[in-house]
Amino acid sequence: MAKKSTVRSENGKVRRVIVVGGGLAGLMTVIKLCEAGVPVDLFSLVPVKRSHSVCAQGGINASVNTKGEGDSPRVHLEETVYGGDFLANQAPVKGMADAAPGIVHMLDRMGVPFNRTPEGLLDFRRFGGTLFHRTAFAGATTGQQLLYALDEQVRRYETENVEDEKGIVIKGEKMVRKFEFWDFLSLVQDENGRAVGIVAQDLKTMDIEAFPGEAVCLATGGPGIVFGKSTNSVINTGTAAAAVYQQGACYANGEFIQIHPTAIPGADKLRLISESARGEGGRVWVPKDPKESRRGKDVPEKDRDYFLEAKYPGYGNLVPRDIAARELFLKCFHDGKGVYNAKSGKNELEVYLDLTHIGEETLRRKLAGILEIYEKFVGEDPYHNPMRVFPAVHYSMGGLWVDFERRESDGGVVRGSARNQATNIEGLYAAGEVDYQYHGANRLGANSLLSCIYAGMEAGPAMATYIQTLNKSSNDLSSSLFEKAEKREKSNYNALLKMDGKENAYQLHDEMALLMLRDCTIERHNDTLDKVIEKIDEIQDRFKNVGVTDTGARANQGAQFLRHFKNMTTIARVIATGARNRDESRGAHYKPAFKTRDDENWQRSTLAFHAEQGNGRSEVKFVREFDYTVAATSFHATDKVDISLVAPRARKYETAGAASAAATGNLEDKKKDAQAHA
Amino acid sequence: MGSKTVRLKVLRQDHPSKPETKRWEEFDVPWEPQMNVISALMAVRKNPVTVEGKKTTPVVWESVCLEEVCGACTMIVNGRVRQSCTALIDQISPNGEEVTLEPMTKFPLVRDLVVDRQQMFDNLKTVKAWIQLDGTHELGPAPRQAPENQEEAYPLSRCMTCGCCMEACPQINEGSDFIGPAAISQVRLFNLHPSGKMHAAERLEAVMGEGGVADCGKAQNCVEVCPKEIPLVDSIAQVSRAATKHMLFGWLLK
Ligand SMILES: Cc1cc2nc3c(=O)[nH]c(=O)nc-3n(C[C@H](O)[C@H](O)[C@H](O)COP(=O)(O)OP(=O)(O)OC[C@H]3O[C@@H](n4cnc5c(N)ncnc54)[C@H](O)[C@@H]3O)c2cc1C
Ligand code: SF4
Ligand code: SF4
Ligand code: FES
Repeated sequence: MAKKSTVRSENGKVRRVIVVGGGLAGLMTVIKLCEAGVPVDLFSLVPVKRSHSVCAQGGINASVNTKGEGDSPRVHLEETVYGGDFLANQAPVKGMADAAPGIVHMLDRMGVPFNRTPEGLLDFRRFGGTLFHRTAFAGATTGQQLLYALDEQVRRYETENVEDEKGIVIKGEKMVRKFEFWDFLSLVQDENGRAVGIVAQDLKTMDIEAFPGEAVCLATGGPGIVFGKSTNSVINTGTAAAAVYQQGACYANGEFIQIHPTAIPGADKLRLISESARGEGGRVWVPKDPKESRRGKDVPEKDRDYFLEAKYPGYGNLVPRDIAARELFLKCFHDGKGVYNAKSGKNELEVYLDLTHIGEETLRRKLAGILEIYEKFVGEDPYHNPMRVFPAVHYSMGGLWVDFERRESDGGVVRGSARNQATNIEGLYAAGEVDYQYHGANRLGANSLLSCIYAGMEAGPAMATYIQTLNKSSNDLSSSLFEKAEKREKSNYNALLKMDGKENAYQLHDEMALLMLRDCTIERHNDTLDKVIEKIDEIQDRFKNVGVTDTGARANQGAQFLRHFKNMTTIARVIATGARNRDESRGAHYKPAFKTRDDENWQRSTLAFHAEQGNGRSEVKFVREFDYTVAATSFHATDKVDISLVAPRARKYETAGAASAAATGNLEDKKKDAQAHA
Repeated sequence: MGSKTVRLKVLRQDHPSKPETKRWEEFDVPWEPQMNVISALMAVRKNPVTVEGKKTTPVVWESVCLEEVCGACTMIVNGRVRQSCTALIDQISPNGEEVTLEPMTKFPLVRDLVVDRQQMFDNLKTVKAWIQLDGTHELGPAPRQAPENQEEAYPLSRCMTCGCCMEACPQINEGSDFIGPAAISQVRLFNLHPSGKMHAAERLEAVMGEGGVADCGKAQNCVEVCPKEIPLVDSIAQVSRAATKHMLFGWLLK
């Protein structure tokens, strides 16, 4: 009888699921697990309230259609897969688009202070790749507000008791136990490779410990720091994903890295100026005269080149990010028409992003959060001066491969299937930016917060289903499994502490990042990519000669960085090799030598597995298909993309409504309507 | 060019139980445009050698977002508690003055510039800073809210648990168990929300006893240092009034 208990294992201990990462995806997973009565151990590098999700500014998409524009989940689905250049599996995207209005209402119920209309309804703004007002927002710190709402609910579960099947409180056990300031090191796997727990390190005491878990979910976010400076938080090294990749997890579509068109340069970080600036009417331009010496605000209208509006009359400044970033790069880098700097006599890699035509009061109400950042870091008033911006690495569409179970009735996803968000390592799930599932070759703005929360809503129930199929709790497995894993990680760590070579890991990181940034972002050429890969070989060789900068026994960030950096080099290789292989242009992946999308050969996901070259260098093995197991059943996975709902066609943002057939008609009607009333 | 440097003077300590390791160390790092305290510390990390030429360990600090929304990087910069990521070198040291960095003093030290602010998160449990949600399943739209309500709530909701207000508040010290302004302001925030209101009494009761809102000495130091300009004194006054009312008449309304 005890065997059937879902709450306690045979040895009487509470059965817990492990969630690593407390951004939006991780927290949502935790909440769903708790609602299913499953206790959780939550691990995070930082207090979860400080997770990278706080940075998100612009908003979250949901076709609530309060503006009477005829928006619907169907249009949201179509525009998302079109924006992603038909590389995303459509069933999960449909699931996400259908769930979106409910998600935004849920967040509203949780107390997110979304901006309101005069009637007290949710207000929505525009974002890239759509003509609809689909983005709900809380000022310009939406991610922070969403994260706080989920964080509060999880904190509530930290105070709630675990109950057994009969509803009797188990003393001293809370639904959520948090392990903050802990670094995930690796999975504990049983003899069949199944994930049965994790090994993690306390970042204060540096103690390393193994934890059993009925299942494990990684919600550890993106790998932006591989590129050195990006719009990402400094903790986004992708280390956790890299660790499980090296333990056999498949990494998919790694080469698809989103470059955001509008960021501000900085010594430590490239701070984002959210797409919402353009959503609220911001315009991008450069002076027509490349030697224009007047300040931005003094350049009259007739001397300005609004190049996005000119080339893409349909979507204008709100073309998707891959396109906008490329156009900016073209203007500045190839045409040399970036903003002229009289002091240096150079055209900087900068364009103007202009909000000055919009009233200050409106800007304060809707965009204060981001304009504050510009003001603080550039020291210029963006209410009266056009901002100067340039593209920066922003988001990873690729990530850990995860499965889904397609619902045959409507092409969506079967809620609660143990396959949803499951990686190819049995018992390991992934959700959020760390998974590859929702955005294909290019993510639309404000779809990420949505995909993170939605993925959590799928991962939680999937894991709850999965653990019911287990006939043995991880708590009841041989303790030697955990001891061995713990010992392995302790000796890895001790080896790091003993590294006393001449190389400095921070400098190696700079070197690698510089190349990744220059040659593996907006434009990619096979010959330079070959050099990038050679460089990664070299960096991995030189890594053997790094010296640890700190051997202290407390809060040793130096040793921790060595580990993260080593892991970053394996992810860098996945990205660069994936880019080298894919001889076509699709979404964020652009090769001037292969200018068009090649559906015949490349309408497929890149599936990467880790291998070793044997000399400390990593190797990437690409496959077209593999088998994997979940809940004791084997499934066959291939690189084929699910395109059953929206047929692939070429992307043409020059024309309004191109992203969704349904959108054109309605908008035309609306326009006529408006004219009739004018 | 190239020769301009920035001098950092950092108060360090290896371990809370090793007060003998408490020391000041000074570093010179090359000046860069748009440099902030974090990028200066990053430069130290690449070459952890003091001005006396002594090799040392890299300084340990906390940071995440680098744009003043996560609250992680709070420390005392030139004697004033603030986020170090928005502390631009050109502004805090316009003429090349030395920049001093110290950890906050009102929280247990971890190492160097890192302290443990767990107490602040625990305070949020005490005041039940959440909406008592029935569940995350679809229940249709939330109650409507006037834009004015949102405009009052939003600034309060931007509190990033950074600890500046706690550091500045004279009522918070080793001998006191004052909960502090940040958590009190959260009581106001949640008692403002249409469904949060339903549990207003519980939150008020949490700040009515010892260490509660009555312990505030109204020194107003908190408002002055709050990076998000949260109207903490207003919040304290409002919560204090509501608590008094609840104490006098609460049982009548039950
Ligand atoms: C500046 C900026 C603005 C953005 N604006 C928007 C927007 O307006 N709309 C939108 O939709 N998207 C936006 N995005 C994208 C979006 O914010 C992110 O994709 C999303 O927040 C990722 O959430 P997540 O839950 O997957 O991971 P994160 O929020 O990154 O959380 C990762 C978690 O994992 C933990 N973790 C990581 N590694 C480890 C480890 N080794 N051990 C233990 N824990 C670990 C971290 O501590 C953290 O808790 C923006 C991104 C940036 C950079
Ligand atoms: S007003 Fe109250 S809470 Fe604020 S600093 Fe003064 S004593 Fe502390
Ligand atoms: S109230 Fe202000 S100072 Fe205090 S923790 Fe919140 S943001 Fe920081
Ligand atoms: S690093 Fe987030 S506030 Fe400074």
